[in-house]
Amino acid sequence: MYDGGKILTGLILGVVLLTFPFWYNLGRAAKMPEPELTAKAKQAKYCVEPKSYMKAYHMDLLNKWRDEVVRGGSRIYVGFKAKEYDMSLQNTCLKCHENKKKFCDECHNFADVKPYCWECHLEPKEAKGEK
Amino acid sequence: MSFNFSFYFALFTVVGLIAVVLIGVGAHLQFLFGVVIPYLAVLIFFVGLLYRVVKWARSPVPFRIPTTCGQQKSLPWIKYNKLESPFTNFWAAVRVALEVLCFRSLFRNTKVVLTKGGPKLSYFSDKWLWLGAIVFHYSFLVVLLRHLRFFTQPVPSFVQLLEKVDGFFEIGVPGLFVSGVVLFVAVTYLLLRRITIPQLRYISLPADYFPLFTIMAIAFTGILMRYFFKVDIVAVKKLTLSLVTFHPEVPEGIGGLFYVHIFLVSVLFAYFPFSKLMHMAGVFLSPTRNLPNNSRAARHINPWNPVVKVHTYEEYEDEFREKMKAAGIPVEKE
Ligand code: HEC
Ligand code: HEC
Ligand code: HEC
Ligand code: HEM
Repeated sequence: MYDGGKILTGLILGVVLLTFPFWYNLGRAAKMPEPELTAKAKQAKYCVEPKSYMKAYHMDLLNKWRDEVVRGGSRIYVGFKAKEYDMSLQNTCLKCHENKKKFCDECHNFADVKPYCWECHLEPKEAKGEK
Repeated sequence: MSFNFSFYFALFTVVGLIAVVLIGVGAHLQFLFGVVIPYLAVLIFFVGLLYRVVKWARSPVPFRIPTTCGQQKSLPWIKYNKLESPFTNFWAAVRVALEVLCFRSLFRNTKVVLTKGGPKLSYFSDKWLWLGAIVFHYSFLVVLLRHLRFFTQPVPSFVQLLEKVDGFFEIGVPGLFVSGVVLFVAVTYLLLRRITIPQLRYISLPADYFPLFTIMAIAFTGILMRYFFKVDIVAVKKLTLSLVTFHPEVPEGIGGLFYVHIFLVSVLFAYFPFSKLMHMAGVFLSPTRNLPNNSRAARHINPWNPVVKVHTYEEYEDEFREKMKAAGIPVEKE
């Protein structure tokens, strides 16, 4: 090899950088999120929409609710099994999922999302002061 | 190759690949497309990359061929341009770094125009390619770095910072990431440029269109997945984390769109070492950029030159001194 030293240094540097995800996770056992249901939620048995839909689309649903309430002025949503809900972040979602830390944040920390909703909307009491 | 062949061949290849993965996911081949193919692709990527760089490194670069556009170092009272005609390894490295980070040589791109009413050739500065290229590469980099949130746990703080800056506008839920949209627009511009400029269209091959279509399709499926047809991100991250920790598992219920996205990414990675995308490594090995312009000061010997047997005059005289003297030929040493 010509200029082998320099090229090899560059190659090693490049490969180390490109394989970052492989060595960054070494020796770190990632904790998988396990959102907990409150007693109240368990009693209700199902969410506003089927579980698979909630998993992927709950932010979309919240967005729709927000538009419906703030722009459309209606507050009633007919969900899964024709059950009616008051379209409200604090008073509906977080009345059932009162354990925001052990539920919403469990996933959000894992997926690295930080919804900014709580700059205005109130978090349930358990979450306060513990930040 | 005709435009039609090049363009449609590349296009239908990408469409075909998408069809393959959709059929595969329909046939429950999630493990193949989510684990086997990504691993293979990463393997091909690294082996191919190393192979090609080592191969390049083995070819000698016998002569100094840096392209320069500044006064070279010569006599001490003549001011020389350190950056444009680097004399030391250090300044050559600075020039390569600026080339990589700022695309300086592309910034000098010109276009040739035959002005009407007479055969007059004019050159104009043409910065659009530079702008398109730099926007494309940086947005690609940001998107790729942001994707580290799927591959790391805990997510490093620079990724979180990037997400904050990228999501600055807080449009919609989930919040809009500007870089993804910018990437798509930039790659579309690069494609349109190829199609609309006649000279460029004439020289474009399937190998030029294929990466563009693939990257376009990756960005497009990513955007669809984030904003329109959502997938279960927690399940996705379980999969991606399991890949990088070598405990592969495929969680249930990830949408087909995700498999299209990751399959196209795998294709791009596997295709990388065989294609012009190797310019990622090649830019560092360009002799016209990475050599210091010092051929006036240092002698560069072509390493493949055969060893030339030389016989200097001194040696010649030593050999024939007596005979020369006898013949009355003057000698330098008595
Ligand atoms: C009536 C009580 C109730 C309300 C109101 C409610 N949920 Fe749920 N939620 C549940 C239950 C029960 C489950 C578990 C469903 C299951 O296992 O099938 C659940 C599941 C979920 C899940 C999936 C969790 C997982 O383990 O993957 C998400 C996400 C979620 N809810 C978000 C929300 C959001 C956002 C709202 C407000 C729009 C909301 N929920 C309102 C009871 C509720
Ligand atoms: C700048 C402050 C602010 C932020 C940030 C904010 N909201 Fe709101 N939100 C409001 C206000 C004000 C209302 C109107 C309350 C009403 O009319 O009852 C509202 C109403 C809503 C409603 C319907 C009414 C209710 O009781 O919940 C939903 C749903 C909602 N927001 C969801 C969200 C979500 C999801 C986010 C985060 C992505 C968010 N909001 C962020 C201020 C905010
Ligand atoms: C099953 C795991 C899970 C649970 C439980 C969950 N979320 Fe999420 N949520 C996610 C994921 C994953 C995303 C990010 C999706 C993405 O990046 O496209 C997200 C995104 C969001 C967003 C949009 C954030 C943004 O700005 O990008 C909001 C708002 C949100 N969740 C609200 C809630 C609320 C409120 C709860 C609790 C009632 C909740 N989520 C529970 C997984 C979950
Ligand atoms: C060449 C590399 C890649 C490119 C150019 C690319 C591009 C994109 C783009 C533009 C988005 C839109 C959302 C955003 O802006 O973040 C996106 C989303 C996404 N990409 Fe990629 N991607 C690449 C590689 C990958 C890989 C390797 C994976 C995982 C295996 C992946 C998984 C995802 C997922 C899950 C989303 C949805 C994001 C969300 O909802 O937050 N991508 N991608």
